[in-house]
Amino acid sequence: MDLNLIANIILWGVVAAVALVAASRSRFLLQEGTREGVLDFFRIIPRIFLGVVGSGFLAEIIPQDLITQSLGPNSGVIGVCIASLAGALTPGGAVIGFALGVTALKAGAGAPQVIAYTTAWALFALQRIIVWEIPLMPPRIVWLRAAVSVPLPFLAAFGAMLIGKP
Amino acid sequence: MVHCEPMPPPPIPRVRRSPFHWSTAVIGVLVVGAATAVYIREGQDRFLAILFADTWLFIDFAPKMLAGCLIGSFIGLLLPREVVARLVGAESGFLGLLLAAFVGAFLPGGPITIFPVAAAFLGLGAEAGTAIAFVTSWTLLGYNRALVWELPFFGQDFVIWRMVVAIPLPIIAGLLARIAVRVISARRGGEPWI
Repeated sequence: MDLNLIANIILWGVVAAVALVAASRSRFLLQEGTREGVLDFFRIIPRIFLGVVGSGFLAEIIPQDLITQSLGPNSGVIGVCIASLAGALTPGGAVIGFALGVTALKAGAGAPQVIAYTTAWALFALQRIIVWEIPLMPPRIVWLRAAVSVPLPFLAAFGAMLIGKP
Repeated sequence: MVHCEPMPPPPIPRVRRSPFHWSTAVIGVLVVGAATAVYIREGQDRFLAILFADTWLFIDFAPKMLAGCLIGSFIGLLLPREVVARLVGAESGFLGLLLAAFVGAFLPGGPITIFPVAAAFLGLGAEAGTAIAFVTSWTLLGYNRALVWELPFFGQDFVIWRMVVAIPLPIIAGLLARIAVRVISARRGGEPWI
């Protein structure tokens, strides 16, 4: 059977299960959960659509030689270092790191390098640290988290090289 | 946002996100620029080919994204964050770390939801490593983020691959944090650093 179909069946099965639990508690929970979920979906759709379609155009105009040379499958450890640094320096927000990561992938970057990039971006997004994390968490914990996260993009990339693309 | 809260104490602050997103504006400018360049340089046919290929990809993933949003909103309503905080905050040591990493992957929500929960773990006496494993797990393994945000860009195979590779990382981050806290505390003559 098609993997895509299986994933959809599992996901919608989970939706049905949590909706049933909500319905068994109260009608209000069922309505509220559905309303919030659908609203969230429509709230984020424009941003993701812009990012997904935009990455196609960006990949088309970006100099491919530059990407293949610095981040291509043969760029090895240096490529992983460049990707991790670029990820850490990419500003936060929910879409930009994925959009740029997939742009690089379409333009010839190696998958482990792209995994290092998105992992570093997810861990270090400076804007998220400043706007959300520091005001909401003890600053010492934030710095400790950033420090212990330094090896993680590299581990992710080497793990990806080790396992290989399925 | 959730409006009903069956378990009031201890309160975890809720923060509203501003409706304007700078990153979206930046992406918008980049995309319009790139699309114009493609149109001028390579003509209308190539422009439309890229537009339709990516639009189709997006439509293909929309049902999964909707499912991700619905699961997120229902779990957010059914599982009050205060209860999660108490459950994880009470566990210590390696078990607490594992539990935090597990919960981080399943708790829906954005930074506004997650960081206050991590702060609440600390307030309830959890170690720094536990809070760090939780935040790292949410960042790298969160199903909600992967389904809704990452999937439409990278597709199923790539996302699953990336997540499999990332499974041990929250535990590693948590353990490194525990070691760091111990070393720093020992250097300070046993006085706890955090």
